[in-house]
Amino acid sequence: MFASRSDLPLDRDALSRFLPWLIAFMVFLAVLAMAGVLVLNTIAARWDKGITGTLTVQIVPADDPSKDDERLQKVLKILAETPEVDRFETLGDDKLLALLEPWLGTGVGVQDLPLPRLVDVELKPDAKLDVEALSRRVEARVPGVSIDDHSLWLGRLVRLIRTVEGLASMVLVLIVLATVGTVVFTTRTGLTIHRNAIEVLHFIGAQDSYVASQFAGRTLILGLKGGVAGLLLAAPTLWGIGFMARQMDSGLLPDITLSPVHWAALAGLPVAVALIAMMTARLTVLKTLSRML
Amino acid sequence: MTTDDNEAIVKFENVGLRYGLGPEVLQDVTFSLAPGSFHFLVGASGAGKSSLLKLIYLALKPSRGLISLFGRDIATTPRHDLPPIRRRVGVVFQEFRLLNHLSAFDNVALPLRVAGVRKSEIQKYVVELLSWVGLKDHLDARPPTMSGGQQQRVSIARAVIARPRILLADEPTGNVDDRLGMRLMHLFEELNKLGTTVIIATHNNRLVERMGYPRMHLDEGWLEIVGGSRSGPAQPASAAKENGATEGIDPAQTGRPDWEKLI
Repeated sequence: MFASRSDLPLDRDALSRFLPWLIAFMVFLAVLAMAGVLVLNTIAARWDKGITGTLTVQIVPADDPSKDDERLQKVLKILAETPEVDRFETLGDDKLLALLEPWLGTGVGVQDLPLPRLVDVELKPDAKLDVEALSRRVEARVPGVSIDDHSLWLGRLVRLIRTVEGLASMVLVLIVLATVGTVVFTTRTGLTIHRNAIEVLHFIGAQDSYVASQFAGRTLILGLKGGVAGLLLAAPTLWGIGFMARQMDSGLLPDITLSPVHWAALAGLPVAVALIAMMTARLTVLKTLSRML
Repeated sequence: MTTDDNEAIVKFENVGLRYGLGPEVLQDVTFSLAPGSFHFLVGASGAGKSSLLKLIYLALKPSRGLISLFGRDIATTPRHDLPPIRRRVGVVFQEFRLLNHLSAFDNVALPLRVAGVRKSEIQKYVVELLSWVGLKDHLDARPPTMSGGQQQRVSIARAVIARPRILLADEPTGNVDDRLGMRLMHLFEELNKLGTTVIIATHNNRLVERMGYPRMHLDEGWLEIVGGSRSGPAQPASAAKENGATEGIDPAQTGRPDWEKLI
């Protein structure tokens, strides 16, 4: 595919000095964009799954707090009788306080606040539960209970994430297009600079593909150099973003760590960009030379 | 030396050439050359000698007329098929056109590399030939560090290394002394005896008279072929083939080019 040695002095012109830096910058941005796509995709998939599989039952405190436990037991009994429900769990006071911590801070006692009782319900896989009907049934026996299937706000959130994910993908595509455009430009410049040598190669019987291989091989090497540099810059940046996210530890942000598969995909990005640059250089040379005699 | 159309290795029919909208630098050029012929191309400066050579080594397209090389009409030959034709044409450029970033060895090796000859064979042939042209001690020298005469010898070595069927040389003895000039002409003659068709563009009338081969005389774009004291090919084409002259340029196929024999 590419020659191991060069008959053209391609390593002495601007192409060689400029291209690795540019590809490093492009790969840096591409790695960040792709990491964003991967993380958002994971989050959206997780939340998508959450929408269809879970409910939260909220029992608003009654005027007489002593009846709250009785009301809770009635709700739990109804849930236990509902065939679509796989399992349910009443959130303890400590979990309730942890959920409220971002707003109220620490050091707040349960007894100080009229907190609702929350029941986390998980449905059986593929169960089709009529949430409206369940709400009416519960409300009839235990007034002041609401059932939230999260679909409204979580659906909007997932749509938002999907939109951001789409934008990040577009950024990725634009980065690739910008790289292709730059390689086309630098290759054409190289063809002009080395026109004399290319003519000599032609006169002694070199095929266009022979000349194209020289450019393609050189561009692949430059692309790999730049790509690896870009990845090495992006890796600590990603780690830093992840580190800061973990430091916040607020419970508001989902887990945004990258899996080994994600890291492998990101590591493959410089190679992919270098291969795209190589093919671009090859096609540019072949197209340009086809207009010569 | 003209020949029957069927045998012609180079054939021009009513070829005209103009650069842009300028006047024709070549007008109605018609000739055909037999395999194994030897010609000098003479004429005043600006008569069109270099242009005629460029048409033969496919650096230019004619403005009109028909050119065929090795029996193939160049105008209808697909671009992809031109490189194999070019490999059968060796060119010694007036301005040498060596690649300055490559050593003398690598410059001479280029035609063999392009033809896909094995590395070990390239090493053998190139060292042999560069030794013969007196550049054994300059294998690694870059052209900018060499004298004009040395560069010219590298250029000649590059043109003949792959045993072309046609050798075109534009003022090949312009930068060397008479002794080396005659030695190089002797190399061309010996290649010609092996079946290579040779065309040498030169201003050196003394050389032309001394060697006595036919002249292609260009005068303001018009061509006339004048027979020399040594008419006809240096050796008949059939005899040349018996001596090992072949169609291709690949020494791997043609056998070792024995440069020692050519001295």
